[in-house]
Amino acid sequence: MAEYRLMKGNEVIAEAAIRCGCDGYFGYPITPQSEIMETLMLRKPWEETGMVVLQAESEIAAINMVYGGASCGKKVMTSSSSPGISLKQEGITYIAGAELPCLIVNVVRGGPGLGTIQPAQSDYFQAVKGGGHGDYHLIVLAPASVQEMNDFVALGFELAFKYRNPAMILSDGVIGQMMEKVKLSEYKPRWTDEEIQKISGSWATTGKTPDRDYHVITSLDLDSAKQEIFNHKLIEKYKTMAEKEVRYETISCDDADYILVAYGSSSRICQKAVDLCREKGIKVGLLRPITLFPYPTKIIQEMAKRVKGFLSVEMSAGQMVEDVRLAVNGKVPVEHYGRLGGMIPTPNDVVKALEEKLINVK
Amino acid sequence: MTEEIIIAGFGGQGVLSMGKILAYSGIMQDQEVSWMPSYGPEMRGGTANVTVILSDSRISSPILQEFDTAIILNQQSLDKFEKSVKPGGVLIYDPNGITRHPVRKDIKVYQVDATEEALKMKNAKIFNMIVLGAFLKLKPIVKMENVIKGLKESLPPRHHHLIPLNEEAIKKGIEIVKQFSVN
Repeated sequence: MAEYRLMKGNEVIAEAAIRCGCDGYFGYPITPQSEIMETLMLRKPWEETGMVVLQAESEIAAINMVYGGASCGKKVMTSSSSPGISLKQEGITYIAGAELPCLIVNVVRGGPGLGTIQPAQSDYFQAVKGGGHGDYHLIVLAPASVQEMNDFVALGFELAFKYRNPAMILSDGVIGQMMEKVKLSEYKPRWTDEEIQKISGSWATTGKTPDRDYHVITSLDLDSAKQEIFNHKLIEKYKTMAEKEVRYETISCDDADYILVAYGSSSRICQKAVDLCREKGIKVGLLRPITLFPYPTKIIQEMAKRVKGFLSVEMSAGQMVEDVRLAVNGKVPVEHYGRLGGMIPTPNDVVKALEEKLINVK
Repeated sequence: MTEEIIIAGFGGQGVLSMGKILAYSGIMQDQEVSWMPSYGPEMRGGTANVTVILSDSRISSPILQEFDTAIILNQQSLDKFEKSVKPGGVLIYDPNGITRHPVRKDIKVYQVDATEEALKMKNAKIFNMIVLGAFLKLKPIVKMENVIKGLKESLPPRHHHLIPLNEEAIKKGIEIVKQFSVN
C-alpha cells in the first residue's frame, strides 16, 4: 500500500510539478490554494531537481516570470485563486498571443471581487472563453479528484507544449482542500538544454547561434494584415484541439432519460445524485467534461437525440449551461442548477432540482 | 461497505487529525477514502469539522448532508449535526461542556468521557485518540493494526515514539464508551 498516499489536492499539484520535471513555479499566496507553494517550499525541489520556486511580489509579477521562463522553452507554472487569476489575465493573454506553453492552476473561490474563500465554479467563462482581451483560448482541464490533480499537471504541460498554448487546471476549493488516496507519478528529470533545443529550438530564446536568425517572442504586430493571418493560425490550432483533445467521462448514460452535466467537484456530487435517482427509479446519467476547452460538444449533440433533458449543475449562476445549450441547440430542454458564493449543493439538492426543473414540468 | 462520518468540534481538539488517521487506516486496508474539511478563517477555539468516507468502492460525493456516524465534541456541533445522522445511525459525543444533550430516539447515542479520561492520563493531546477508540468499538471498520500503520503514516517520524501512548488511548476509548439513553 506504500505507493498510495493520503494528500490534499493542492499538495499533490506541488508534488506532481516536481515529479514531471517542472523548471519553475512562480506564485503569490491566496486561499484556498496556498498549500501549493507551501508544499513546494517544504519540499525544496531546488536542492533535488534544480526547480526554481519563487514567491513573487504580486500575481502580476508571477505571471510575467512565467512569461519569461516560457520564452526560453522552460516548463514553468503559476497558481492562484480567482481574484489572483484576474490579476494575471494581462500576462496570460500576452503568453497566448506569443504562443508560449505554460501551466496555470486556478483553485476557484466564490466571487465577484474578493468574494469568499469557499469553493465555487464561477470562473468558467473566464477560463474557457479567453479571460484576457483578444481572440484566444486556454486549454482547460477540470480535475474531479485528488488523483486527477496529480495526473493533469503532466497532461497540462504535455498539451501546452504540443500546441504552444497556455493550459489551465480549473479546480476549486473542494478538490484543493480535500484529501484522497493518490498514486503519485514517477519522477521524470527536467529537460536538459539539448532536449529543450530539440523540443522548442525552432522558437525558444535559447541564445542565438551563427547558423540561425533571432527568435523574437512578442504578441505585438502593428501590421493588421499579418495580425489577421496570425489570428487565423490560432483559430486553426483551436479547431485541431477540438478534433483531437476532447476528454470526458460518462456514468450511467446508456439508458438515461435525463443527463446531469457537471465538472470538477460538482460532478462528484452529481455522481451521488445519479445513485439516489436510480434508487428512486429515475433513469439519470452523468456527463463529466474533463476538458472544458475544447468542450465535449459532439457527445452532447449525440445524447440530445435520445434523452428528455439536460441539467447543468455548477457552483455558478449558470455559465457552462450556455455551452450545453449551444450543443443541444433547442432539441430538448436544458436547465441549470447551482449554489453560489461558496455554498455547495448536496446530492439531494441536485435530485430535487432535477425533479422540479425537468421531470415534473407540465 | 461504505461508512460516511462527520467529526465536529473545536479547532485544536484534533478533529482534523483524527479524521486523517482514520482515512489513512482505510488506505492501509485497501479502501477508497476521502477527507473533506470545513476550511475557513477559524483557528484554535473556532469550530472545525471534517467529513470522512471509507468505502470498498469508488467514492462519489465527498460532501454529504446525512451521515452514518456523527462524532461530536462540542455543543455547537451537537446542535448543528444531531439532525444530520441517518435514521438508525450512530452519534458519539463527549458530554464535557454539553448542557443540551441529544434528543433523537431513532438513532443510537453513545457517550465517551474523553476529556475526563485524557486528564486522568495526564495528556490532553491524546483526547482525540480516546474518541477514535470509542468509534472503533462501535464501528470496527478498520483493524487496529491498520490504525497503527495509519498513525505511522500520518505522524511525522519525530513523533513515532508516541504511537504506543496513542494505542493506549484508543484502547481506553474502546473500554469507556457507553450507551446514552435518550428520555
